[in-house]
Amino acid sequence: MDAIAVEGLVKRFGTFVAVDGISFAVPEGSVFGLLGANGAGKSTAIRMLCGLLEPSSGRASVAGIDVAADPEGVKRSIGYMSQRFSLYEDLTVIENIRFFAGLYAISRRKVETEAERVLALIGLAGREGSLAGELPGGFKQRLALGCALLHAPKVLFLDEPTAGVDPLARRRFWDIIYEVADSGSTVLVTTHYLDEAEYCATVTLMHAGRIVAKGSPAGLKAERFPGAMLEVDCDRPAEAIAALAADGRIEEASLFGSRLHAALAPGLGDREDAEETVRAALAAAGFAVRSVERIPPSLEDVFIRVISESAKGGPL
Amino acid sequence: MAELAIEAIGLAKGFKEVEALKGVDFRVERGASFALVGPDGAGKTTAIRLLCGLLKPDSGRVSVFGAGPAEPAAKAKLGYLSQRFSLYGDLSADENIAFFAEIHGRRNYASRRDELLEFTRLSPFRDRLASKLSGGMRQKLALACALVHEPELLLMDEPTTGVDPVSRREFWEIVAGLSRGGMTVVAATPYLDEAERFDSVGMLDEGRFLALGSPRQLKEGFGWTVVEIACADARRVARILSSEEARGAGVAAAQAFGDRVDIFAGDGEAARRYALSALAREGLAVASSRIAAPSLENVFMQLLGGTKG
Repeated sequence: MDAIAVEGLVKRFGTFVAVDGISFAVPEGSVFGLLGANGAGKSTAIRMLCGLLEPSSGRASVAGIDVAADPEGVKRSIGYMSQRFSLYEDLTVIENIRFFAGLYAISRRKVETEAERVLALIGLAGREGSLAGELPGGFKQRLALGCALLHAPKVLFLDEPTAGVDPLARRRFWDIIYEVADSGSTVLVTTHYLDEAEYCATVTLMHAGRIVAKGSPAGLKAERFPGAMLEVDCDRPAEAIAALAADGRIEEASLFGSRLHAALAPGLGDREDAEETVRAALAAAGFAVRSVERIPPSLEDVFIRVISESAKGGPL
Repeated sequence: MAELAIEAIGLAKGFKEVEALKGVDFRVERGASFALVGPDGAGKTTAIRLLCGLLKPDSGRVSVFGAGPAEPAAKAKLGYLSQRFSLYGDLSADENIAFFAEIHGRRNYASRRDELLEFTRLSPFRDRLASKLSGGMRQKLALACALVHEPELLLMDEPTTGVDPVSRREFWEIVAGLSRGGMTVVAATPYLDEAERFDSVGMLDEGRFLALGSPRQLKEGFGWTVVEIACADARRVARILSSEEARGAGVAAAQAFGDRVDIFAGDGEAARRYALSALAREGLAVASSRIAAPSLENVFMQLLGGTKG
């Protein structure tokens, strides 16, 4: 069953169309990413899914509840955590939890057992008396997540949950999210930090109110970069770009710090062929090559390619 | 040996209760780029502020082109882009640059300003109020303001926080252009993928370097081979490959992502063979598997894990 089902969802503000007929479905228990630059329409879409904003047209249901017909029912079934989360820094961990339990109208009888469950999940058992303001960044973030999970929501919305957090803290955060998903909750992440998107099983990319790409991270990389991607360390890299661009087998070359990234046309065969193509092209143009290494394209590479193609009116 | 833009020896700085930097050494050659990466509170911002003379070290010393950073000789050569860059929202792009030019005592800045607006692709927006520019444009304008006095060293503190991917990439392309023109660039960033762009990287944690070197050197120092396993049920696969049995078969760690699991092992090929057979036994399909080059993030995670248990 789909925990979130969206069909032709539209939101207009006057003449401006913020969300322009998007459709997608998120199966129960999965982790789904909604990506896009600032102004792409992500926040407007999420606000509709959370029952905070009425759609202009189209339909959306969250946890089986129609967002237009029963926005209050939707609000009760979801949890929401933003990177700009609002904890009370001068309250302790347990006081924050009790406060949010009150907001979610969790009965007194259940608060302590729910608090215990959540504290164990977020790894803060034993820290109940610490002031939230004195916790390290990664702990604060887990506490904010815990507060959003107190009422055991069926669907959890995360907005840039780990932006600016160090990799180890981020890893721990996602381990918790995966536990939440394993227990049957569905997780929707909105972000423009594409390293966060790597943790999602399926991602959709929004641009100018529309969905311009959809798939698994690996699927999107393979689809948009069917050829090899290489990192090249050579002399005078800026000038070497022109030499690579002149070779028809190299689709795209760009500077990456003092090195180059080259995306090759598909069908160049195995690894050695691809590397040899680049070495030969540079050697022929008189550039000394120190190293050529195959690298995986990042989701950011995919994102930029999709956006620039849609800006040119390319395939959508 | 090439001329040094920066030399820091035993650099230490503490605040009330925290020792932000506990004596670090590093050198940056003229024209090179250097990234400081690390978690929140690692000491990155303190290091940048010591380099631009906003803070004085408790001990140790730092020199910028042979002078103390607060000395006029060094100051004139420094450009600084702070974390919360301060533009004047009610001034236009043009007026902001003019303001910074005047602060630096520049009189005939008109052509320099045109050049900077061109370089940051802001010329079409020069008359727009800074408050009406997008986040990415404001950030480029702040960069233009930091460059107005033609510094030889650019210091940046988390310059891309809150910036979307398209603007972020454009920003780093602009910075690459500055490097190519011979400018020395030092930046603090929490993003390891950004650090990959730099000539050398210092990985900071709790005021000390965990590692220092070029991205290639740091990766060569990573003890494990990374095997990427693309599969549908990544969370379940990661659990299976984190078992006692998997550890016995040489799989040191398994990490789930959305549609893949990364495993780390001394012998990548052997670990891959083990993983494929263990998953086949469980009836789990593997879409593909391959040995992958380690990323700076892999290296950093290992070093951080090593110090924090």
